[in-house]
Amino acid sequence: MRGMTQKTYPVPGSIDDTLKLLAAANYLADRSLATVLFLALKMGRPIFLEGEAGVGKTEIAKVLASTLGRRLIRLQCYEGLDVASSVYEWNYAAQMIAIRAAEAEGEHDRKRIEHDVFSERFLIKRPLLQALEPDPAGAPVLLIDELDRSDEAFEAFLLEVLADFQVTIPELGTIKAAHPPIVVITSNRTREIHDALKRRCLYHWVGYPTAPRELEIVRAKVPGISKKLSEQVVGFVQALRKQDLFKSPGVAESLDWATALGELDAVALDPATVSDTLGVLLKYQDDIARLEGGKVKELLDQVQAELRAAE
Amino acid sequence: MSAMHDPQGRLAENIVYFARALRAAGIPLGPGAVLDALAAVRAAGVGGKEDFYWTLHAVLVKRHEHSVLFDQAFKIFFRKRGYLERLIAMMSPEATGAPPQAEQPMASQRVLDALFAGAEKIEREKQEIELDARLTVSDREVLEKKDFAQMTAAEIAAAKDAIKRMVLGFDNVKTRRLTPHPHGHRIDLRRTLRASMKAGGAIIDLQYRGPKTKLPPIVALLDISGSMSQYTRLFLHFLHAMTDTRKRVSTFLFGTRLTNVSRALKEKDPDEALAACSASVLDWSGGTRIATSFAVFNKQWSRRVLTQGAVVLLFTDGLERDPDARLEFEIDRLHRSCRRLVWLNPLLRFSGFEAKARGIKVMLPHVDELRPIHNLESMRELCQALSVKGGLETDPKTWLRRVA
Repeated sequence: MRGMTQKTYPVPGSIDDTLKLLAAANYLADRSLATVLFLALKMGRPIFLEGEAGVGKTEIAKVLASTLGRRLIRLQCYEGLDVASSVYEWNYAAQMIAIRAAEAEGEHDRKRIEHDVFSERFLIKRPLLQALEPDPAGAPVLLIDELDRSDEAFEAFLLEVLADFQVTIPELGTIKAAHPPIVVITSNRTREIHDALKRRCLYHWVGYPTAPRELEIVRAKVPGISKKLSEQVVGFVQALRKQDLFKSPGVAESLDWATALGELDAVALDPATVSDTLGVLLKYQDDIARLEGGKVKELLDQVQAELRAAE
Repeated sequence: MSAMHDPQGRLAENIVYFARALRAAGIPLGPGAVLDALAAVRAAGVGGKEDFYWTLHAVLVKRHEHSVLFDQAFKIFFRKRGYLERLIAMMSPEATGAPPQAEQPMASQRVLDALFAGAEKIEREKQEIELDARLTVSDREVLEKKDFAQMTAAEIAAAKDAIKRMVLGFDNVKTRRLTPHPHGHRIDLRRTLRASMKAGGAIIDLQYRGPKTKLPPIVALLDISGSMSQYTRLFLHFLHAMTDTRKRVSTFLFGTRLTNVSRALKEKDPDEALAACSASVLDWSGGTRIATSFAVFNKQWSRRVLTQGAVVLLFTDGLERDPDARLEFEIDRLHRSCRRLVWLNPLLRFSGFEAKARGIKVMLPHVDELRPIHNLESMRELCQALSVKGGLETDPKTWLRRVA
């Protein structure tokens, strides 16, 4: 049984403990984020994380689940997401067979058949309903990913789930969670989420990390990277973020780039290597074109001068 | 117990005042937010200034752009009172945390006004801020507040009435959501089963589902430069009426800078909405920098408001002072990011209009439709046109061919 093999860890008791907990899973967070997480766990409120793509919003839910020993239930949002694919659906095929079988047995009491057919046996549980079920390892972590991709109708539906942690199924009644799940909602801000939903959550904007923090992240996540290369990678990415780009590289891109450079056996950055691997960092042709023609070398020289000055 | 010896009471009082200041500065907060803030501070068992800051931030800030207002308000509120450290000391036996972070740029006038309305003792600071604000504004901008009362009362009433009576076209688009539909293309098993249960389970009468339709979002970009000033007021009325009837309408004004006035236009009363608009805009009747404004829109807003098949209404005469390659690049990107780009040009009222100005020539190939908008009639036509695809007379290529 899953509940026997998994160990449950207590919820952190202070902001410092939360920081340590995240660091233990190699997630290096700012104190502001740790504060919000701690409050969300303590007050039992959903966390609403907004930020550019690739800054580690989804990762937070995964880290919470693994460090607290909880089950992670993920609901990826998309346009057209409806109750049937997010909460529950009836197993119609099985219901039809059950009705035919009942009739074959000579059962003609309609009420009885209806009661049998709309029982939990024929219910297919989707992520939101799964998250409300009791779990021996403790309430699960429910990740509602990229909520901005769903349409407003779904958002309105979420209000009931997030306010009372309950779901109403007309044929069965209301299902309420004994222990509310830890809810993490992420958004890339491709549209504004309604204030009514945000009001129920603790809000946090996940920004790009500072240079020292990013250096720690790169070294923790890309083991075996040399001191020099990691410094150059972080310096270059930080310098790129100061440029007027349509999409600045996120932490995920930094990590990808560091890994890619490792695969290429690069020991230090040079203009040719950077130009060849720029597609790992920048995902818009206009942005890549902007860096052509000596701009890469200029940025690289600037980064190297700064690193030398810091030594 | 007096308030002095009751840290909880003191804390509550302070948070109430602080929330009130934030509300005045433009962060919408209900009374529930204050209770939340109190609960959060108690839960966090505040140890230092930074923790206290982020605890309140977690509960009171619900939008990224409010972070700046919160930051400034927090620093001013708790600095001027010289109070925070003592408050924290009362709350916890621990010593206070590290001193505040590095100096932030000066607080905005909005926050200062909200915090110190009616107080004289901070007069000095206030003046500093005003100077500061004046320095940041470019010299090309005319910092005059446009007087909305220039139209005669009769004209306003007539125009308002007419605009109110306009029926917007219903340019429904299919969504990926399904809804019960008599001639739908998919069998709705759930409803089929329920209907068949009602009939005793003997007959299976198929029920169907079809695609649901909805109105796409509308994004209006309105030029408020000097050459457009005769029209902006009327257009704003029009956009207000549109915001009133449709769910998702975002409005941006641009002259030398870009301002989002979508929230201001959500006020029910048109006069209040327009007053709120004029209060938030600094560059009425100044010059135009179309390319710069588009660049800002493309970078900061397009990914936030142009999703789910948005239609862009661009109100401008296209008279850019110095059109360059940047304008073409930005209008092209704008065109690629939306479902339909409609250019509404008041200059089209002249029968002899020709697409000769360079700015117009650069922009024309990148719009889907070019329409006149200079009187109520053309507005009415636009309303109808939103529901059908543009014909030959609105095809921008017709205008380009005429010049060629």
